[in-house]
Amino acid sequence: MDRDSWREGLRAGAPFAVASFVLSASFGVAATSVGFSPWAAVLMSAVVFAGSAQFAAVGVLLSGGTAGPAVLAATLMNARFLPMGIAFGQSLPGGPVRGAIQGQPVVDASWAMAMGPGGRFDRWYLFGHSAIQYVAWVGGTALGAFGGSWIRNPEAFGLDALFPGFFVALLFNELRDRQGVAVATGGALLGVALLPFTPPGVPLVAAALVALVGLHPRMTRPSTGEEEAA
Amino acid sequence: MTPTIALVIAGTALTTFAVKAAGPALLGGRELPPPMQRVVVLMAPALIAALVAVNAFGDEDRLHVGADTVGVAAAAVVMAFTKRILLTVLTAAGVTALLRLLAG
Repeated sequence: MDRDSWREGLRAGAPFAVASFVLSASFGVAATSVGFSPWAAVLMSAVVFAGSAQFAAVGVLLSGGTAGPAVLAATLMNARFLPMGIAFGQSLPGGPVRGAIQGQPVVDASWAMAMGPGGRFDRWYLFGHSAIQYVAWVGGTALGAFGGSWIRNPEAFGLDALFPGFFVALLFNELRDRQGVAVATGGALLGVALLPFTPPGVPLVAAALVALVGLHPRMTRPSTGEEEAA
Repeated sequence: MTPTIALVIAGTALTTFAVKAAGPALLGGRELPPPMQRVVVLMAPALIAALVAVNAFGDEDRLHVGADTVGVAAAAVVMAFTKRILLTVLTAAGVTALLRLLAG
């Protein structure tokens, strides 16, 4: 175990944990409102730990859907973890079984921040970053599920803008060079363009695939201007 | 717990596990070929930008420009000028809440 990386990850993950706590409290409220018992809501956060997927599943139930479509919506929402896992997988020692287990803590923010400039991941940093968010995610769900009647309308406080706000902050970290800016623009445009026509989650996978332009020979060398942004 | 809710929890947990496990299990610590390294590096800006845009301009499965769109845009301005993460996030939520309050 790399204690320094783990601690750094915990520290860097702390502000995200605060946002996770607030967001998961509103998940607890939403889940109990569609018939989850408070413990069932906490259980789901503990075993799933994927915010957008959990909201997607509960959203389907809220609109009158059954279990099958709810699970399908959640799975599509999570589909981006497939390419993200392929990216992360090469930094994980120890064969398929240990790799599969070490892949579980991946969430968007920890994945993005644990990636080094060359595409290698600091796995203990990622584990720490995710661990503090996990504790907050489960704890916040409990708060919302058991005591949520006072969080009547999370949207009034702009809480639905919390995570997009964090992703904005993360994005500025990722715009390291001109190619980064180009694929970011492409990903954002493609995502928004697909949004009205595909189930939620699909636009995110499509956006991740924009990165395949990196296979073009002209893209294999980073463009100039990379060092100054470091 | 109703059967529906038990199924949703178990099903979502299983598919989430499988999706997150697939990449690392397939690779198992082996290096991707060099051209794919560039793809890995570029995946982060592409995906994070889409997360911002889809959240800011999307409402379920339709395009929607609202208070949160303005809040996220304001956050981008604050991040560009200050590079402070918490201030950026608070701007996103604060501006969104303020606009909703004003809109009644």
